[in-house]
Amino acid sequence: MTETAVRTVLVLVENTADAALRSPALEALTLARTLGEVVALTLTEPNRRALDQLAEAGVDRVLQADLGDAPREIPVVAAAAVAAAVEHVRAALVLLTSSFVNKEIAAHTAWRTGAGLLIDVTSLADDGGRLVGGKRVFAGTWDTECAITTDRAVVTLRPNALAAEPAAAPGAAVVERLPVSAAAPAGLELLDRVVHEVSADASGVVRPALAEAAIVVAGGRGTAGDFGPVEDLADALGAAIGTTRDAVDEGWIGHDAQVGQTGVTIAPRVYIGAGISGAPHHHGGMQAARTIIAVNTDSEAPLVEISDFAVIGDLHEILPAAAAAIRSRRDAAALS
Amino acid sequence: MRIVVCVKHVPDLQSTRGFTAERRVIRSADDGTMNEVDENAVEAALALVAAAGDGEHEIIALTLGPDVAADAVRRALQMGADRGVRITDDALAGADYFGTATALAAAIRRIGDVDVVLTGMAALDGLGAVVPSLLAAALNLPQLTVVQELTYSGGALTARRELDGVTETLRATLPAVVAVTDLANTPRFPKFKDIMAARAKEIEVFGAAELGLADAASTARTEVVRAEPRPPRPEPEIVTDSGAGGRALADYLISNNLI
Repeated sequence: MTETAVRTVLVLVENTADAALRSPALEALTLARTLGEVVALTLTEPNRRALDQLAEAGVDRVLQADLGDAPREIPVVAAAAVAAAVEHVRAALVLLTSSFVNKEIAAHTAWRTGAGLLIDVTSLADDGGRLVGGKRVFAGTWDTECAITTDRAVVTLRPNALAAEPAAAPGAAVVERLPVSAAAPAGLELLDRVVHEVSADASGVVRPALAEAAIVVAGGRGTAGDFGPVEDLADALGAAIGTTRDAVDEGWIGHDAQVGQTGVTIAPRVYIGAGISGAPHHHGGMQAARTIIAVNTDSEAPLVEISDFAVIGDLHEILPAAAAAIRSRRDAAALS
Repeated sequence: MRIVVCVKHVPDLQSTRGFTAERRVIRSADDGTMNEVDENAVEAALALVAAAGDGEHEIIALTLGPDVAADAVRRALQMGADRGVRITDDALAGADYFGTATALAAAIRRIGDVDVVLTGMAALDGLGAVVPSLLAAALNLPQLTVVQELTYSGGALTARRELDGVTETLRATLPAVVAVTDLANTPRFPKFKDIMAARAKEIEVFGAAELGLADAASTARTEVVRAEPRPPRPEPEIVTDSGAGGRALADYLISNNLI
């Protein structure tokens, strides 16, 4: 009797020591369940909340890599842990969420394990035993599908590609330690590492991270340096704040918020660009958004042309009015 | 100091980009250009040579691609690179991340005695941003990637990088692989005499066999199986604000179930 072997899917789960899992990780676990048996890998000791979430996601087995004193912040070191876990559970697929660091970990893991590599996919499916990943390219103008031609695969999944859902049946989320011997590459030294404060405004509103937010409100040159209206609407929507290269160059807002091909590339459910004309670099970073809304005084702005919906006028009037309308609608719904 | 700068010819961002029937990126001389952030890599190479001071230095621009890709090398020569090398072979057409990194690493080994391998952080056609990491793996060198600030002193490179809400400072001894962002510097614009001088320079060509890549096609681990243009977006719905624009925006979000 022949039996099809169930594929083992290893999912790298980050920040398990001091925080709950973030939504991109839950999305990756949701996708992983459709492709095989999921094993979660952490590089730190998972906290209670993270373990509960892994159980809800149907995970039975959690590997906790023990890297000793090796600096796990260096992608090559993290990749050594992922590669060791791949061998340990005989994983055919490693799934990571798309972030700058994870792309580097993914590259080194694939190199070490002889795996094919797909980056920034928004879909991944089994096509007759081959894994095929889908990706939108050229600023959202072409759809491509790429098949892995090797036995092993390493894939990074873009945030918001699918909705996270709990498993039909919870898993046991039993932690197993995996000793890994790894060291930083010869000649490389991490001198300093500063984790930025989570952005919170005066009223203490904490915004989602730009790269993984479902809604992004971006402000550009048209703000004239006043991001108050942008923050107001973002807070009403629970959105992240984005911006353009020229606003960063003006010193109006930090580089962390820059959306673009060499800044953060985003694919939120909704992108609202206010006072942004839409240079090609910015386009390339946001055009994969599902719904694009432009607010601009210039009806001829390139961003208006690629939008689904546009309001022509002054963002300093329009954004606060939209924020107020959304809040009053919420209040009304809460009362009814 | 000997620096190899990896450059790529990509379709211009302003052009209509697409794929051929063989599902390969359309590359033409007319609307192609050197990958913009690779100009930052060339500029970083020139700055490193300046920081290294007296001594023998050489900057070699390296690319992988068909005849048209020579344009990217030519641009690097105009900016001040000393030599140009192009890897080309039918066996390498449509190379994926691994095919690309394997071929570039083989050429870098053949060039020999390389102190720094410099690249742009990503190619603006594919945006994978993984080739620098794969190059570091292939050459077994430390990497400094997504670099916004690069300094050289005492025989080592120090880099600041900002990514995913973290700022890191890393130090690497040479040889090393470095990938810079567009914030790392401001690329110079070549002067007329530099453009003329670059015209006279030969671009050396390496084939797959001489790099020991006769079996290059087998280094690819992925295959593009579909590439289709998306249907054009429908015309936008446009509202001109005369006092009710904010409410119209809120209504659009609410009625389309977007929030």
